[in-house]
Amino acid sequence: MDEVDDIEELKRGTDLVKRGFAKMQKGGVIMDVVNREQARIAEDAGAVAVMHLEAVPADIRKRGGVARMANPADIAEITDEVSIPVMGKVRIGHRKEAEIMEAAGADMVDESEVLTPAEEKYHIDKRDFTAPFVCGARNLGEALRRIDEGAAMIRTKGEAGTGDVNQAVHHQRNIKSAIRKLEGMNYEEREMWARENEAPRDLVHETADLGRLPVVNFAAGGIATPADAALMMYHGCDGIFVGSGIFGAEDPEMMGSAIVEAVNNWDDPEALFEIASDAGSGMRGDANVDLPEEEKLQNRGN
Amino acid sequence: MQAGVIAVQGDVSEHAAAIERAAAAHGEAAEVVEIRQSGTVPDCDVLLMPGGESTAISRLLAREGIDDEIRDHVAAGKPVLATCAGLIVAATDAKDERVDTLDLIDVTVDRNAFGRQKDSFEAPLAVKGLESPFPAVFIRAPLIDEVGDGSGVPINGGDGGRQRTADPDGDAVEVLARWDGDPVAVRQGPVVGTSFHPELTSDSRIHDLAFFDTVEVSGQ
Repeated sequence: MDEVDDIEELKRGTDLVKRGFAKMQKGGVIMDVVNREQARIAEDAGAVAVMHLEAVPADIRKRGGVARMANPADIAEITDEVSIPVMGKVRIGHRKEAEIMEAAGADMVDESEVLTPAEEKYHIDKRDFTAPFVCGARNLGEALRRIDEGAAMIRTKGEAGTGDVNQAVHHQRNIKSAIRKLEGMNYEEREMWARENEAPRDLVHETADLGRLPVVNFAAGGIATPADAALMMYHGCDGIFVGSGIFGAEDPEMMGSAIVEAVNNWDDPEALFEIASDAGSGMRGDANVDLPEEEKLQNRGN
Repeated sequence: MQAGVIAVQGDVSEHAAAIERAAAAHGEAAEVVEIRQSGTVPDCDVLLMPGGESTAISRLLAREGIDDEIRDHVAAGKPVLATCAGLIVAATDAKDERVDTLDLIDVTVDRNAFGRQKDSFEAPLAVKGLESPFPAVFIRAPLIDEVGDGSGVPINGGDGGRQRTADPDGDAVEVLARWDGDPVAVRQGPVVGTSFHPELTSDSRIHDLAFFDTVEVSGQ
């Protein structure tokens, strides 16, 4: 066979390649970092990827103002520093930030409610990007709308920067219990469910048949300890994003590797006991119930 | 057949489904066990080392004490299929101190040699012994840049390198496929390693080649 022919048939940016990238992250921990020093610590702690942003969500909350994509030059700096994938956050609906992030060499783009949305109603059409996207969701309908727009990975929105895992649990349970319900429905009931939940019909049927989302499903938003990470794995997540929880902790490297080990040992209480004992104390955090509705980041995008 | 999927991190469920599919096609039942801790590998007939991030995988294999069990598995002549990050971990040398390789197959690899995710691709690939091209998916894939001759001498001359521990009697490494001239699929004794991800497609022919001896590769 002629190898030249093979190269001509090469395809980049296909769903298989983009969703495949997300699958390689499964069982792993993706850590928020704001600079190359933090990226180095995250890689040494066993992160499968780092998520670059200008300030971690807890600091964005404190500081207020408009939160935008970070300086894309920093992405290049971090890709030089670490061998694991480097992801970057862009504003919901900000196509140009996403294009710049892709051009900067980001391995995955997070269209994220943690930044100030560029649009309230519309998300980026992600289908024709070569870079895979991850998007947040609070329920199954929202998750399937994002997948329909081209997201290769879904994460719970949770409530970023709080250190309170409550909303991530809530969102993951929404997604999982809706899938369990769909599995028990017949064709016309699923059709009705799709209409009522503003979800694309074909993805509703696909999800019901698979018994899971057709893309990788991570947890994010408020995960602060090894026990939190293990809890999200128990709830059927494929892996974990940790934002403020690593570098807001007493000892980031210890907390980082403890969370990595907790994800691998989520169903072994004896191992978790040992891991949690060595983690140091977590970020202080703000309980979800104390947040006024307008300060909740999860309400951005639908 | 008891099939162990190394499950500390990576595309574990895809590997589990792929080996079940491949076994079923041969009228066998694969009983899949996911391996996150030590103690299970010795019961396995075959092992699968998934794709993922090699830094995270090698770190957890060492922490959980699974690394030595995998070496023993190969030393006993039992088959392994290692894909992408699995291949990096199975190699003699990944030229990167962040990854502890297991020396299961006498190759040196370049991690992420194809570039970043935007350079990832799928393409039909000619594989030795297969009648038609294999649908290969390369995701931030490693490239094999040196292949040992089976002499047992470290291929990088021992200069900061490692002594081979697996298969000391020295089966030569056989190149099964090349992309643009460089090896992307290799076999040495019971171990098959690929830069790409056969588990991401429904084509079982790489599994046939690794585990079921139904693909005739000799007479190269």
